Amino acid sequence: MAERVAAPTARRSPSRLAVVGLAAAAATYVVVRAAEDLELFVTVTLNGLTLAGLYFIVASGFTLIFGLMRVVNMAHGSFFMLGGVFAFLIQERMLGDDVSAFGSGDATMAQWLVPLVLATLAIAASGLLMQQVLLRWNQGQDLRQALITIAISVIVADQTVARYGGIAQEISPPASWPETIPLGVFGLRFSFIRLVVLGLAIAVGAALIWLIRRTRFGMIVRAGVDDREMVSALGIDIQRVFAVAFLLGAGLAGLAGVLGGTMISVDKGNDSAYLLIALIVVIIGGMGSLAGTAIGALMLGLIDSYSDVYLPEGYENYGPLVTFGMLVVVLAVRPLGLFGRPA
Amino acid sequence: MKVSRREIAIGGAAVGIGIVAPAIFTEFYVSQILTHALWLAVAAASLVFLAAYLGWVSLGQTGLYGVGGFVMANMAQAEGGLDVSVTPWLACAIGVAAAVVVGLVVGGISSRSEGIYFLMLTLAFSVIVETFFGKATELSGFGGVNNVERPGLIGNPAQDPNRLYYVSLFVAIVVYLAIRYLVRTPFGLALQGVRDNPARMRALGYHVALVRTLGFAFGAAIAGVAGILGTWWFGSISPGAVNVGAIINLLVIAVIGGLTRLEGAYVGAFVFVILDNVTRGSELIGARFTTVVGLIFLVIVLLSPGGVMGIYESLRRRATRRVLTPDQATTSGGGA
Repeated sequence: MAERVAAPTARRSPSRLAVVGLAAAAATYVVVRAAEDLELFVTVTLNGLTLAGLYFIVASGFTLIFGLMRVVNMAHGSFFMLGGVFAFLIQERMLGDDVSAFGSGDATMAQWLVPLVLATLAIAASGLLMQQVLLRWNQGQDLRQALITIAISVIVADQTVARYGGIAQEISPPASWPETIPLGVFGLRFSFIRLVVLGLAIAVGAALIWLIRRTRFGMIVRAGVDDREMVSALGIDIQRVFAVAFLLGAGLAGLAGVLGGTMISVDKGNDSAYLLIALIVVIIGGMGSLAGTAIGALMLGLIDSYSDVYLPEGYENYGPLVTFGMLVVVLAVRPLGLFGRPA
Repeated sequence: MKVSRREIAIGGAAVGIGIVAPAIFTEFYVSQILTHALWLAVAAASLVFLAAYLGWVSLGQTGLYGVGGFVMANMAQAEGGLDVSVTPWLACAIGVAAAVVVGLVVGGISSRSEGIYFLMLTLAFSVIVETFFGKATELSGFGGVNNVERPGLIGNPAQDPNRLYYVSLFVAIVVYLAIRYLVRTPFGLALQGVRDNPARMRALGYHVALVRTLGFAFGAAIAGVAGILGTWWFGSISPGAVNVGAIINLLVIAVIGGLTRLEGAYVGAFVFVILDNVTRGSELIGARFTTVVGLIFLVIVLLSPGGVMGIYESLRRRATRRVLTPDQATTSGGGA
């Protein structure tokens, strides 16, 4: 096995050089363009970092479920979208007749936090329900499970449009929060809610690392990623661990949906958009790896943000092509993603 | 892989019905059901080809359909897009060529991945295609490319749907025969060898990744052709034609028909289009056709992974089991 892995790597060293060259060229280009306008660069970079934070929360749930159970949850984007929709509806109910308050930031702290918590819990519960009813009995049939979750995502998407329509909405952040805060450089100001999301993403990452590295649950998860049969042979109720992992993974998608709904918007197209993000992040980072997910989210967030601004004039809209190019380049060098290991 | 008399009879009957269909059915029926089903079947055939002979379930066929359709629409005379205005047939050739080139790239990077990774990678590719054409306003934008010029042979389907119908029928038959032929060539056998045992094929001296990439590119050509037929049928193409809904519709067609038999693509496409028209007309379900499709898909995946063709085969197996020796019966018992 070691020989088979080593041989192609050595043969591929020219392509590896080409990739490094390409990355260096891209970095140089961004540096040159950045030097033209440093203030813009700071804002764009922060935009990218905060996007990356949101992407990380979505993708970490996806990779957690896949790493442990080998379930590719194609309904992950739907969980994200529903998280936003639920939180929006709860907040709407809480704001009562004060309908004019939408998006104008008139919610209190509780009117933001309660929808956030309730929606996250509701999505976590839905995820658990889906796993228990539809996925538990066909473990190991990864294609069938992926197809089942695709079916769920189709139904959810259609029913969401039927019930709530297709108009993009926003979840109001607490009115006590400032819209923007000063950064302390160039006299720039930056969106506060975006920084909150970035902070939460770091907190989620830290909590996940603690959970995986320091707790008994994490120990079982790590063991389960390597050898599920062995873990259950040792007398551990792997089904309960699976259930908790699904609860957690779906909950993270729901949480990200609420945060995304506050930071950007609640939209019917969010399901496929964020499923794509989760897929790209984990394909780049390597399935099941938390560190890989963080790097993948960072790369995708920055690329999304930079390509909107720094692509040559007239080609600013070709961002998806850059994303695709990055995917091709990463996979050409590391077929299993940056931190991926053979299953 | 022998062509049985039964297959020739069923195939001949299907083609016969196809040829006389415009004389029997109304123009609406020919255009909305038959032609629609035929180009969907061609698209689904590219998916089933990969599933049956490479062992890959690809969600990238919709993206390749989009590449073929969008490039053709940009090259031909049209409203929106680049409007290069080359002749329709040349535009068509460029569209297919573009789909093949992109297919080589996507096939190249996915050829070293397996099963579920492949599914994810190809899905990501298709969604990127949709996002790309949605954002790139010079090439399409959300409105898409409209009033795409069709070849004189086809004319305007609104006035004479039969011409596009016969072209689609011809293409569908050619695609079917081409796949049946290809899988019997040495290359086709290599594809199936790679599907069944890549390690052994590598040991035999085959370049596994290359074989897979070429197989994927062949599927890409078929998907590109379907994209062109679909664009001619609609008269336009927009990112909505290749969104996740479209990706899933194609998958639904293949799964309804069954992923392991090429005929499944054709059966699935007809079932799908008829279902679409029936449910759209009904007051009970109204516009919620997608939910119905999702539920049907869910039930099929939960109950019979083999789809309609799988049901057909298991019925046939049950009917023929009596005449088999016990040994044969046990080996044919393990289905998909």
